[in-house]
Amino acid sequence: MARTVTAQRKAINTAVAWVIGILIFFPILWTILTSFKTEAQAIADPPVWFFFDWTLENYRVVQERSNYSRFLWNSIIIAGGSTALGMLVAIPAAWSMAFVPSNQTKNILLWMLSTKMLPAVGVLYPIYLIFIQLGLLDSRFGLTIVIMLINLPIMVWMLYTYFKEIPGEILEAARMDGAGLREEILFVLTPMAIPGIASTVLLNIILAWNEAFWTLNLTAARAAPLTAFIASYSSPEGLFYAKLSAASTMAIAPILILGWFSQKQLVRGLTFGAVK
Amino acid sequence: MELRKTFASATALALVMASGAHAQSLTIATVNNGDMIRMQGLSGEFTEATGIELEWVILEENVLRQRVTQDIATSGGQFDIMTIGMYEAPIWAERGWLVSLDGLPGEYDIDDILPAMRAGLSFEGSLYAAPFYGESSMVMYRTDLMEAAGLEMPEEPTWDDIAAAAAAMTDRDAGINGICMRGRAGWGENMAFITTVANSFGARWFDENWTAQLDSPEWLEAVTFYNDLIQNYGPSGAANNGFNENLTLFQQGRCGMWLDATVAASFVTNPDDSTVADSVGFALAPNRDGMDKRANWLWAWALAIPAGTQQEAAAMEFINWATSKDYLELVAEREGWANVPPGSRTSLYENPEYAEVPFADMTLRSINAADPNNPTVDPVPYVGIQFVAIPEWSGIGTLAGQEFSDMVAGRQTPEQALARAQALVTDEMEAAGY
Repeated sequence: MARTVTAQRKAINTAVAWVIGILIFFPILWTILTSFKTEAQAIADPPVWFFFDWTLENYRVVQERSNYSRFLWNSIIIAGGSTALGMLVAIPAAWSMAFVPSNQTKNILLWMLSTKMLPAVGVLYPIYLIFIQLGLLDSRFGLTIVIMLINLPIMVWMLYTYFKEIPGEILEAARMDGAGLREEILFVLTPMAIPGIASTVLLNIILAWNEAFWTLNLTAARAAPLTAFIASYSSPEGLFYAKLSAASTMAIAPILILGWFSQKQLVRGLTFGAVK
Repeated sequence: MELRKTFASATALALVMASGAHAQSLTIATVNNGDMIRMQGLSGEFTEATGIELEWVILEENVLRQRVTQDIATSGGQFDIMTIGMYEAPIWAERGWLVSLDGLPGEYDIDDILPAMRAGLSFEGSLYAAPFYGESSMVMYRTDLMEAAGLEMPEEPTWDDIAAAAAAMTDRDAGINGICMRGRAGWGENMAFITTVANSFGARWFDENWTAQLDSPEWLEAVTFYNDLIQNYGPSGAANNGFNENLTLFQQGRCGMWLDATVAASFVTNPDDSTVADSVGFALAPNRDGMDKRANWLWAWALAIPAGTQQEAAAMEFINWATSKDYLELVAEREGWANVPPGSRTSLYENPEYAEVPFADMTLRSINAADPNNPTVDPVPYVGIQFVAIPEWSGIGTLAGQEFSDMVAGRQTPEQALARAQALVTDEMEAAGY
């Protein structure tokens, strides 16, 4: 039953939503503003807001000092590659759990989730030593695999939730019409689950893009993605807040744009099945 | 079918791109300090002269320390040259993790390295890390505020002089704090500073039997003095202030004095960034009236070669270039003498052109006043001034640092902080088998 919403209540809701939205966005806005200031303006007290001589100097310096395109390329490969590989594993896994569950399915799902409960640093040394043995340190391939494995539980869980919403009868009907397992997954299930798959893909790209623990620990020069690019502008002795802000803005811009254009898809996917 | 193709091609693409070719080059791990950035900028000259390509891995200080330790302890072989500090150099050299720099050529003139720096970066008489720049700590103060208060800062102040100046310059209504000091927890943050204060009050971390001494009256006196200064004349929120926060405050004109690294002198006198650039004076770190130990530390950012690198000769060649006399001249020629990395070579301080830099003399005197082999009034079993050169120090320093930071935040008294720090340090040292 729908509740009647008074105009006053609506106005309050809108105001609260705006305040929360601005609070969440403020750090990003401040970073972007700071990236156009000089170092002296960046630490000015009281802070300068919008009325200063906007400068592109920081971007020029960052471009000059760092090979941005290489970091960006590494980020794209690692985020894209780990998501693609992960989906390849997660879709069949989620399918089997959703449509042909065994009495252990619940336990397997919980066990997968439990791997996210261990702090990452707990397995840093084993993984580091394995990487040395396999010669995978500072390689995009190694990092792609690790990030894929880290995000896999989330992918399987999300897809499992979406697949559960799809009536099994439709798949049965497809089978009656002679569809094999492959056709059933590819032509019947996947198209119906596209919103869910899309939001899983997007969320995982974002998670992989922002992953900073493994990307900093397992890379040096060759495979370092944008997280390492940002980290390289932090200084123990010296104030480089404006340059750090410019580097941060350059690192988050691609993912921010992707998120902006796909926000409808993201919201639809994340609320998929939320309303019964 | 489309979807399968997409997945297959995405996977293939990821795999192909992940296995790129590896170029022959030196990988150098360093921090984002101004002098290192300058070195990176000038390193094209090195590549041009030698044909050796350089890959730079620039990391945040704590991440660098963790990455480098992890790599060296597991023989990961990720780096050919590492930027390390005076704390790591002797410990790592003892474990055989570093290549001795005895192989540097004669024209490098190893005897030209400032004796204090050379002593701190050597193990059993051999140099294991070449100082890129060195620092001590000193007093930086506002000459205009001192004048307005009718005071004059001696070149060799005592703690009483500092306390009197802090009281006179503090003007909370105008937003001016008499003194800014480190308060943020960390063995390289507040503990570096507090340890030097303790040294100057005659305290020490351990006696000759490695028994923790934080329950001594000297420690109580030192910590109480530090806490009173920072509470009465320090900025609000001082418990969160490290080097960069205090640098910001000083450049904004919010500090009458700032006691910190000598390397800050070039920042606070740079008119592009500092609003007080033309009214900064320098003085030696203070001592206690009648005691000869001053509260100044000694630190160097140094270049070292991890044992097991495949490119030892090339790495040696780079270190020879980056820490040579010629490099100092190259920087002077391109960017002026004030931007030359300080505190590494005697010849730099004998250069009449460098002597004109306003902070050159006080930096050298500060460095020379520091003796890492005799850091305290009473004898101690360790070397290091603002740290104790044992592997356990980073742990105990950070634990104790938290207690003192809590004290600055007003959550406990100096007595409580010292009692808890003493208990923590004693536990850790017992667990480590001392």
